[in-house]
Amino acid sequence: MAATTSSAETATRTGEQSPDGHGGEPERDAAGLGRRRAAAFVAPALVLIALFLVLPAVWTLYLGATDYRLTGIPAIDPAFVGLDNVTKALGDDDFLHSLWLTLLFVLGSAVIGQAGLGFALAWWMRERTGWLKTTLEALVMLAWILPSSVVAFLWIAFLDRDGGTLNTLLHTPGAAWLLDHPMLSIIVYNIWRGSAFSMMLYSAALGNVPASHLETARLAGASGWQQLRDVVFPRIRGHVLTNLLLISLWTFNDFTPFLITAGGPNGATETLPVHIYKTALGSGELGYGAALSFLMLLINLVVAVVYLRLLGQKNKARRSGKRKTAARGSGGPTDQDAAPAAPHAEAPAAKEETA
Amino acid sequence: MADITLNRLAKVYPGGVRALSDLDLTVRDGEFFALLGPSGCGKSTLLRTLAGLEEATGGSVHIAGQDVTALPPGDRDIAMVFQDYALFPHMTVHENIAYPLKIKKVGKGERAAKARETAEELGLGHLGERRPGQLSGGQQQRAALARAMACHPRVFLFDEPLSNLDARMRLEARTFLKKLQRELGVTTVFVTHDQAEALAMADRVAVMESGALRQVGTPTEVFRRPASTFVASFIGSTPMNLLDGELVAGGGAVRVSGRELPVPDGARAHLKEGDEVVYGVRPEYLRWSERAVDAALSGTVSVVENLGSAHLVTLECDGGLGVQVVVPEEHEPAVGARGWAVPREDRALLYRDGELVGATPAEVPA
Ligand SMILES: Nc1ncnc2c1ncn2[C@@H]1O[C@H](COP(=O)(O)OP(=O)(O)OP(=O)(O)O)[C@@H](O)[C@H]1O
Ligand SMILES: [Mg+2]
Repeated sequence: MAATTSSAETATRTGEQSPDGHGGEPERDAAGLGRRRAAAFVAPALVLIALFLVLPAVWTLYLGATDYRLTGIPAIDPAFVGLDNVTKALGDDDFLHSLWLTLLFVLGSAVIGQAGLGFALAWWMRERTGWLKTTLEALVMLAWILPSSVVAFLWIAFLDRDGGTLNTLLHTPGAAWLLDHPMLSIIVYNIWRGSAFSMMLYSAALGNVPASHLETARLAGASGWQQLRDVVFPRIRGHVLTNLLLISLWTFNDFTPFLITAGGPNGATETLPVHIYKTALGSGELGYGAALSFLMLLINLVVAVVYLRLLGQKNKARRSGKRKTAARGSGGPTDQDAAPAAPHAEAPAAKEETA
Repeated sequence: MADITLNRLAKVYPGGVRALSDLDLTVRDGEFFALLGPSGCGKSTLLRTLAGLEEATGGSVHIAGQDVTALPPGDRDIAMVFQDYALFPHMTVHENIAYPLKIKKVGKGERAAKARETAEELGLGHLGERRPGQLSGGQQQRAALARAMACHPRVFLFDEPLSNLDARMRLEARTFLKKLQRELGVTTVFVTHDQAEALAMADRVAVMESGALRQVGTPTEVFRRPASTFVASFIGSTPMNLLDGELVAGGGAVRVSGRELPVPDGARAHLKEGDEVVYGVRPEYLRWSERAVDAALSGTVSVVENLGSAHLVTLECDGGLGVQVVVPEEHEPAVGARGWAVPREDRALLYRDGELVGATPAEVPA
């Protein structure tokens, strides 16, 4: 399968280059820079990345393998403890509990909440104009662009037990939302906070669904749900996955709940970032905190890889769509040119989709 | 029986654009009906209102005697082929064809059989497992047709389905589509802005201009006796010569560019001396003569265009008026030569205030 894809790619590349007469050069980069000069151009950026991203990550890895602390003897002379910190974490109920809370938080507020509400908003706004749409859009965007500290204060005021806005609205004086439903509170908060991104991304994606496709479905008698299932989702699957990837990772690493609940009451909202913060800086166990950070990084990576793999399959399947427009743009000869290449590139993708 | 009747149908878009104004029209059962008109005249709007994709703001639509004005598109038993074909890229050709059947809850086996059969009929038999992206433009067009056919609708609506094809494919598809429609006998409304396509394919043609019908008739009628100067200039691959003239004393002739031409039979009774008219004659209905002839336009040849089997000659008349004449091959004049163009009397038309003089009621829509 790899062979067929690469052959298709070389085909397109040579096709692009031949008009300039650069086809014969040994180094085939788009700008014709040559490897050395290209490397020189990216070197500054690579140095910065190494300095501020790779080095701290490696440093964390190292710290995680020590018993480094903020205070006491290990602060001066940390000892190497190998994988002890990791084994400790995997048996640590607090850590596992916070992992579970993080999972709830990501699933509830991002995957279901933000993605669902964002899509609903985008779908509703699709063909609407007027003040209602503009107002709603502005409100959703506002929630997204306000600084976290401001937003956290607003929510504390909103949910306050005595005289909070929500209690006034619901006529439930004295209901302690942050104490009785702490997880629910921060989940709802995060849905409110982050739906704007999903809404914008889905709005753009829905703009790509041709009206004639939806109308064909409508003429066949498809219901709203059938139109979504058969026409819209297959078309925006890539956007959905990209969106889910981004909001999952953002929510997973989000620290703002701490500003509202400080992880409480009694650890009930202590998601992973909060837990690490409390372990490393609160209790001063820097080594153990670093190990937890590393575990968190691993989870991030796993999530990203899963999404990217799904996305990869999707992209392969989509090439057919690209070729279609190319074939239509020009007349007969191009069709014949494209025809032999198509079955090779397409067949594996088709198999994957049906499987 | 699936005739379509429009009764004072009107459509005003939310922005205030009046796209259709009080249309009355009947499309007969099994007819191939073409809607023709310049860009923006409301052809697509009319088709979409028929389909129920746009809500009519006035009047009614009846299909087979049933008032469908308020029915949603899915309940009208209509299939439509769009200009971009609207094939679902993630489904194979067979799945695309079977899609409307799937929505109508036809069983899986029956659906697949029907899709295969329809694909076979349209010469797509070997392409059933391909995706639309792997088909040529013409094949995509046939796949879209197959999808429309497979669920046996009462009415077909086509919105410029041939305009994405190259010139040769378009001719092929034209013949193919006409034959197919004949065989299926399904009432068909076809939108196009290409007059040649409309004349070639349709049983009847409606010419639209800014939301109103200007003329409805068979291609022959519309070509021979355009009801207005608008239709006259729109129909025909070489536009009709429309020459300003005036009725001479006695009312027996029209003076055009200093020459006197006979008044066509049907128009004589409706005119009086001194009337200002437009003398209309198609380039094909002017006979070329190198010798002086009475009752003919005369001038010098300024342009000669090769049409293949004939030449289109532009004659610059003495008053500066340009007249186009189709001259058969072998008689081609040289540029700068003097020539005479003799109108075929039974094909010449007179227009007064833009309307055909002496038109029968059938030629002018209410
Ligand atoms: N959704 C809409 N909202 C407002 N005005 C519209 C809308 N769709 C079409 N119009 C207007 O209605 C008029 C008729 O449009 P329509 O699409 O029916 O033209 P058409 O005859 O199909 O043209 P073409 O040959 O270019 O496709 C145009 O003036 C157009 O600007
Ligand atoms: Mg149109």
